[in-house]
Amino acid sequence: MWSNFLSASIFYLIALVSIIFALLSVTLKNMFHSALALIVMLLGVAAVYIYLDAEFLALVQVLIYVGAIMTLVIFAIMLTAEIYNKNIKRHNQQKLVSLVIASSMAGFLIFVLSRFKAQDGISFFEPLTLAMIGKELLTKYVLPFELISVILLAALVGSAAISKPR
Amino acid sequence: MIPLSHYLILSAILFSIGLYGVFTRRSAVGILLSLEIMLNAVNINFVAFAKFMAPHSLAGQIFVIFTIGVAAASTVVGLAIIVAIYRNYKTIFVDEIDVMKW
Repeated sequence: MWSNFLSASIFYLIALVSIIFALLSVTLKNMFHSALALIVMLLGVAAVYIYLDAEFLALVQVLIYVGAIMTLVIFAIMLTAEIYNKNIKRHNQQKLVSLVIASSMAGFLIFVLSRFKAQDGISFFEPLTLAMIGKELLTKYVLPFELISVILLAALVGSAAISKPR
Repeated sequence: MIPLSHYLILSAILFSIGLYGVFTRRSAVGILLSLEIMLNAVNINFVAFAKFMAPHSLAGQIFVIFTIGVAAASTVVGLAIIVAIYRNYKTIFVDEIDVMKW
C-alpha cells in the first residue's frame, strides 16, 4: 500500500519534471541550453517507459535518443547556431497565436481524456521478455525490421552526401 | 495504480508543448527539437495503450522501436540539410531563408 503510493507519487514527480523541461526546451533563448533541457525530458520519458513495463524501450530510448540523436543535434548546434549573441530573436511573431492554439488543444485533450475509463493495468500474466521481442522482430515483424535497415542506410548515405563540402 | 488517462494526459501535454515549439521557433534546429518532443509524446501514447489494452501483445512496443528508428533517420537527414543550408546562406533562421519567393 505504501509502496504503491510511493511509486505513484514518484511517477507524478517524473511527469512534472518532463513537462517542465519540455517547456524549458521550447522557450530557452540559448540553443545549447534548450538541447540539454530536451535531454532531461527524454530521460524522463524513459522513466515513464519503465513504469509501463517496457524496459527494453527505456534502454533503447536512452541509448538512441539521448546517446545518438541528441549528440548529433548538439554537433549541429555547435556548427550552425549563433548561440552567444543575446540580441537575436529566438521566437517569431506568432508567439501569442500559437500559445492560444497549443493551450486550447491541450485543454480540450485533457478534458476529453480525463473521462476515459479503462480497466486498471493488469500486470502481465507472463513477463514480456527481450527474447520475445527479438523473436517477434524476426518472425512476425521481419518486413518492417528489414525496411528500417534500408531507411537507416538511406539516411546515412543521404546525409553524408548532402553535407559534403563541394 | 496509475490509470490510463493519466498517461494519455501526459502525452497530450507534451504534444502541445512540442506543437508550440514548432510554431514559434525561428531556428531550424529548434524546430527539430520541438518535433522530437512531439514524437516522444506519441511514443508514450503507444506504449500506454499497449500495456492497458493488449497486455499480451508486443505490437505497441515494437511499433515504438520503429518510430524511434524513423525519427532518428529523419533527424539525421534534417540536420544534414540544415548544415548545407548554413553553409550556403550563413543563417538558419527559417524566416530569413525565403529565396523561393523572389
